[in-house]
Amino acid sequence: MAEAVAGRIAPDRAAVHSWLQAYGVYVGVGVLLLFNVAFTDHFLSAENFRTQAVQVAPILIVALGMALAIGSEGIDLSVGSVMALSTSLVALYLGYGPWVALLATVLGGIAIGLVNGSLVAFVGVQPIVATLALMVGGRGLALVLVPQLEDVRDPGMRALGSGDLLGVPYPVLIALALVLLVGFAVRRTTFGRQLLAIGDSRPAARLAGLPVRRVLLCVYVASGALAAVAGFLATARLQASDPTSLGSLMELSAITAVVVGGTPLSGGRVRVGGTVAGAVLIQLLTATLIKHDLPPSWTQIAQAAVIVLAVYAARERGKR
Amino acid sequence: MPPTRPGAYALSTRGLTKRFPGVLALDRVDFGVRPGEVHALIGENGAGKSTLIKVLTGVYAPDEGEVLRGGGPVSFGTPLAAQRAGISTIYQEVNLVPLMSVARNLFLGREPRGRLGLIDFGRMHRDGERLLSDYGVRADVRRRLGELGVGAQQMVALARAVSVDARVVVMDEPTSSLEPREVETLFGVIRRLRDRGVAVVYVSHRLDELYAVCDTVTVLRDGRTVHTGPLEGLERLRLVSLMLGREIGEVRAEGTTKFGGDHEAASAEPVLHAEGLSVPHQLHGVSFTVRPGEVVGLGGLLGSGRTETVKAVAGAVPRSAGRVTVAGAPVRTGSPGAAIRAGVSLLPEDRKSEGIVPGLSVRENIALAVLPRLSRAGLVSEARIDSLVRTFMERLRIKASSPHQKAGELSGGNQQKVLLARWLAAEPRVLLLDEPTRGIDVGAKAEVQKLVDELAAEGLGVLLISSDLEELIEGSDRVVVLRDGAVVDELTGDDVTEDRLMEAIAGAAEEEPHSEAPAETPAAVPMGDSAPGSAREGAPHG
Repeated sequence: MAEAVAGRIAPDRAAVHSWLQAYGVYVGVGVLLLFNVAFTDHFLSAENFRTQAVQVAPILIVALGMALAIGSEGIDLSVGSVMALSTSLVALYLGYGPWVALLATVLGGIAIGLVNGSLVAFVGVQPIVATLALMVGGRGLALVLVPQLEDVRDPGMRALGSGDLLGVPYPVLIALALVLLVGFAVRRTTFGRQLLAIGDSRPAARLAGLPVRRVLLCVYVASGALAAVAGFLATARLQASDPTSLGSLMELSAITAVVVGGTPLSGGRVRVGGTVAGAVLIQLLTATLIKHDLPPSWTQIAQAAVIVLAVYAARERGKR
Repeated sequence: MPPTRPGAYALSTRGLTKRFPGVLALDRVDFGVRPGEVHALIGENGAGKSTLIKVLTGVYAPDEGEVLRGGGPVSFGTPLAAQRAGISTIYQEVNLVPLMSVARNLFLGREPRGRLGLIDFGRMHRDGERLLSDYGVRADVRRRLGELGVGAQQMVALARAVSVDARVVVMDEPTSSLEPREVETLFGVIRRLRDRGVAVVYVSHRLDELYAVCDTVTVLRDGRTVHTGPLEGLERLRLVSLMLGREIGEVRAEGTTKFGGDHEAASAEPVLHAEGLSVPHQLHGVSFTVRPGEVVGLGGLLGSGRTETVKAVAGAVPRSAGRVTVAGAPVRTGSPGAAIRAGVSLLPEDRKSEGIVPGLSVRENIALAVLPRLSRAGLVSEARIDSLVRTFMERLRIKASSPHQKAGELSGGNQQKVLLARWLAAEPRVLLLDEPTRGIDVGAKAEVQKLVDELAAEGLGVLLISSDLEELIEGSDRVVVLRDGAVVDELTGDDVTEDRLMEAIAGAAEEEPHSEAPAETPAAVPMGDSAPGSAREGAPHG
């Protein structure tokens, strides 16, 4: 029965699909870069790269947390609302200084993550339902705290949003640091290994004595905290607290970045590098269409096409 | 051996060759099955059985050679074409629709129609019942297929296959998830098929079954036919030696299982104490002990509570009452992690869904349970994992292209060895083995049996569950017999024999004919329905 040859029905096609799922996103980024270099005016300018990088940073940070949730065979729909809550908390606590505001937003993200994680790990609610509840409730809470747009005037926040170190904007530096941190956690820590095992086979992980509940709790706490940081950075860049729209549809962009980056929705695998490329791909796609004067609706259609392509590549690599 | 009279075969092959990248799966294989014959197809994993079956049933196209059906060469191209040519395949896993009724499954795609082209359910149910009863199967055809036991589902698959006028039925390890009683029913069905002139190809690892139901046997080894002939008069040892490619004297000297003699453990203090283990509806006060260096068998039928017992000990199923102590220290319930730290490791019955993490590498699978021990401040030490993995891959002779190969790609035997390595790495004091050799090839089976012996000799306490009576008897120093979730007997010393064990298992049958069936289930569906052990065990983990 379990002969070695059993899985090799069409080795070439399976291999192509597997390669596409893992590395197709890099090809996509490369193609878009070449296209822009050839056809977009002023694309190869430091100013443009800076803009693109600053814009992609929040998506990327949120996508990192999403990658962890998806790797555990879950999902976190509440990230956009966590960003909204963050921006409200910034408005409320900025009076005590930017560091206090940062602390408050991260604690807020952790709190949402704890609720998500408890629902998933201890109550046993499906992740999509648990985080959907927080997605709706989180933004509601943000609007209760700060009902309308408020300007954020703080020199520290402005420096964070528009300053740089050796030419690299702060948000980008922070995003890169978080990429390294999450990548390290996935590859080198017991948490990361256990997360992948739980995502791949929950019953096997449980019988192997892994702390399944604790790991799942940590996943959602991490996702919440990362989304909070993203919300803080976005607020700093916009110089305004706008809980109505900040982070709106962010969960979808993050899921797209993760899935396009080759992390399977069936769990058991987290591609951090792919997630970075996935976020960049979405950003480039949007920027390309805008620069060529296509209406924003086209961006959504293009994103949909990319998702379909990613799903097509993942098609033959379903859960075993 | 080659088809001298092609017309005599219902289905045959000539010089069949099939290559996969890096593997010659079939090497000029000649094979033929006659109408009214049950033909055993055996061989170790990797011998080419699955490939041959897949060529016969149109899943693969051969690279060279041909398949002959009724005397003429055929080329199926697709499984559907093979089915149309009267060749049906029953796989290990039933591939029917579990949410539809038994009758709908039986007539799927060819439902009897009434006026207006609507399905005539009355007729379908009558025909379905008649069809099943033809094969000695009593089942309510209105029930959903998924509610039946695995055995009953297989009978339905078989009845369906035959009723679509199959002239050749290929069965790939049909008994791997059946309990003994269901196997008997299945054999009855197979004999009926044979009497009706159907040609049956029967693939199984279990030698007892071959002798019980097959007429002829073909042995494959390394993609070649090494023997074809009548099974009668062929010695069991000769068969094993053909499969393994080893000399008879060698096999005889070591017996057919790899277990050695008894272990000297009788005097030591028990390392595992289980007292009054209870799990609602499943276990009712099970008590036993295991001493260091002792292999204790857990006997009983499917559904008697063997798997629940080891799971309750290992913390995988919460107990409602009872206590477990390891070397005097109590083990908390409901936490596999706590049990592992206390020194209890469980090799689960369901290797695929509860054991192996298929997407992770062999290396990660082996290290999975001991990650915290191999880490410092949450950081994994790759060097320590490497050395651990190297040690166990060598000791257990795990065959993988590298430690980084995905565990899901390994053969069953090697997956089982990976799991054993995972549990041995946890340095247990008590090892609970639930069907450690089920569904793995003869070679790996012998290695696992030998390993169990070695571990006991090193002082590990072992609790062994096996539905292979020979294995249970030869492997165990003592056998605790369960029935209906309670200990009914304990065999020691010279009483550890197959006869005594079967007596003990059958004990209550005289007093209480339906002892395994819960009282609330009427005997309408006799097969497996009352004790779908694995289905029930799966539930809590959802």
